Amino acid sequence: MKPAVLTGKHFINGDIACAEGAIAAGCLFFGGYPITPATEVAEHMSERLPHVGGTYIQMEDEIAAMTSILGGAWTGKKTMTATSGPGFSLMMETVGLAVVTETPCVVVNVQRGGPSTGLPTQGAQADMMQAKWGSHGDYEIIALAPSSPQEMFDLTITAFNLSEKYRTPVFIMSDEIVGHMSEKVVIPEPEAIKTFSRVAPDQPTENFLPFKPGPNGVAPMPAIGEGYKVHVTGLTHDEKGYPVMSVDTQAEMMERLMGKIRNNLDDIIMTESYLLEDAEVVVVSYGVSSRTSYTAVDMARKQGIKAGLLRLITVWPFPDQIIKDLALRVKGFVTVEINMGQISREVERCAGYRVPSYLAGHPGGAVVPPEEVVQILKEAF
Amino acid sequence: MGKPALKEVIPESHPHPLEDLVRMDRIPHIWCSGCGTGSIFTACLTAMKNTGIDYNDFAMVSGIGCSGRGAGYINIDSFHTTHGRAIPFATGIKMAKPETNVIVFSGDGDLFAIGGNHFIHAARRNMDITVICVNNFIYGMTGGQAAATTPHNARSSTTMGGNPESPFNLPLLAYAAGATYVARWTMLHSRDLTDSIEEAINHKGFSFIEALSPCPINYGRRNKEKPLDSLKLYHDRTIIKNNADPGELAIDFRKKVILGKFVDVEKPCHDEEYGRMYLGETNE
Amino acid sequence: MKYWRVPLDLDEVQVTRGVVHIIEDRCKGCGYCIEYCSRGVLEFSKEFNKNGYHPPRVKAEDCLNCHYCELLCPEFAIFSTELVAETAV
Repeated sequence: MKPAVLTGKHFINGDIACAEGAIAAGCLFFGGYPITPATEVAEHMSERLPHVGGTYIQMEDEIAAMTSILGGAWTGKKTMTATSGPGFSLMMETVGLAVVTETPCVVVNVQRGGPSTGLPTQGAQADMMQAKWGSHGDYEIIALAPSSPQEMFDLTITAFNLSEKYRTPVFIMSDEIVGHMSEKVVIPEPEAIKTFSRVAPDQPTENFLPFKPGPNGVAPMPAIGEGYKVHVTGLTHDEKGYPVMSVDTQAEMMERLMGKIRNNLDDIIMTESYLLEDAEVVVVSYGVSSRTSYTAVDMARKQGIKAGLLRLITVWPFPDQIIKDLALRVKGFVTVEINMGQISREVERCAGYRVPSYLAGHPGGAVVPPEEVVQILKEAF
Repeated sequence: MGKPALKEVIPESHPHPLEDLVRMDRIPHIWCSGCGTGSIFTACLTAMKNTGIDYNDFAMVSGIGCSGRGAGYINIDSFHTTHGRAIPFATGIKMAKPETNVIVFSGDGDLFAIGGNHFIHAARRNMDITVICVNNFIYGMTGGQAAATTPHNARSSTTMGGNPESPFNLPLLAYAAGATYVARWTMLHSRDLTDSIEEAINHKGFSFIEALSPCPINYGRRNKEKPLDSLKLYHDRTIIKNNADPGELAIDFRKKVILGKFVDVEKPCHDEEYGRMYLGETNE
Repeated sequence: MKYWRVPLDLDEVQVTRGVVHIIEDRCKGCGYCIEYCSRGVLEFSKEFNKNGYHPPRVKAEDCLNCHYCELLCPEFAIFSTELVAETAV
């Protein structure tokens, strides 16, 4: 029996680091389904969860895996699942249920090339828009993009913390390359790991309103068996949790669900800057693509181009304001990502017509070579 | 010997004996006049009461459809999930908190068409949950389209010339998939149904009860069957045959429809096995 | 009813007696309780309830408190309680 936090230096791949991050964050239930290249997350969770008194179950498909973690979450536990593109598509139905029922949970997507079965063993970043818009209806979501096994560990803990704090599903948008890459991962002492658990209600059980928001816009969350007799529904509902099919209730619920995220952007959005202070052109990137982007910026600087890098750690909600502010003082943007133009559109939107925005994309299966980024920088600016 | 005077005994503060288990602020429910879902729901609540188990140790999960609204009327922790997904949601609850008595209350379309895969796998695992299927042979809420349970030749809004398909034999399906408790009743057999649900709740392992119910609006009207006609069929054209061979249980009201308890076997359930093999728990 | 063999304690046997309570405004008029009451205690009322249905009403004080109407009613609209002998209390 190993402890929850395996303090020390490890040489492990991103998938394993992600699973260790989950255990360190206090995850006690994992509903899994095998899929390349995310299978190692499930395998490792199946081995590790019993060490900490948790439960692993392998469900019959990704729909069931995702649904089971919502059921698990309502017992008061932290829950997670992991998948890749085809499974992510199946999970989208339940992502909507998680959003509307304000059920905290973490979903890991180790992205591979698509569409459909695509390139199961090769990386891509082509599910980024699906992460934002994949489930039907309107909603805000949180998605983090780790760029190394170390970040797979760290950001999985952050994902649990955000999910518990805002009662919302949080995505880890990783990819095959980071998932299968082995690097040094440093796991700190348990006391040095900051974890956050959902706020439990302190009101009496009678006439409790499970969806009445607290001061930060998030309602305290009761668990099954505590006597609150909650009713949880995917229908539009009031603060009591009862379905109410009215325009007013819909408006009230939607504003609250959106507001939880939109009013807390400063707390949720994380980015990293590299040589941005005096940059004239900005390379925007995230996840594995940001690794080659650092090299691209260095190469460009050597060739006299004043490039800087904005690395998105939080991709959703999108850091609109940061791009808008940069657009006031730089000549333009190049977005580096392993797809044919997804986040680049967001950058373009925020840059407006003020400055141009270009894509250094890739159809999937490999990273964007830094030379290509430099080439675009040279041609465009 | 003169008859002694009689005095009425009314339970204090409980106008109807089930009011503590019903979200009375949501009554009247959406179920139509003549629909049997309410009767099956009443049987379910009565059975829960009869077990004597603390209501806080229960959770009810429903999917989508008319009977899927059940979770919205019961006054315990209750979850109205997405279409077909009640069983995986219930599985998550059970595996994360095995001491919970989880009841899935949903319909035939939800459990056996869109949710069919989840049903057979939960049965295979012998997941310790109780699944009550209100079988009204039709998709009621959407207006009467053919379901996986619609009888051959029956009319529905998508089979106006008669249903070319054949329905599932649900108890056979449950049995074949590994359910360790299987029974079928109709909403008219309220007492047997109630007793059966109580037994199923107390049963360790996957228990499945099919409860036949009329849908006068969306099945009955198109098939010339008034609500009382359906109940007459349940009365006249059924036969109780416990331990019947699940293979004989196809529903055909031109012949006798077999009701009863067909399977009741002991087998370690999933959370017990997981606890024993992975968490070092000993089974008492 | 005439029995060909009469129990020796027939005059001491107390048949349970019940009172039917109808919560009229909850009724949706399906009539199942009326049709399936084994004692024929109920009939449709001529009155309408607030939703426009004819609820049942008691036509014969012959209830045995079997609770079948209570279990069959889809609307939580009918139940029975026991009448016990004063002397037995």
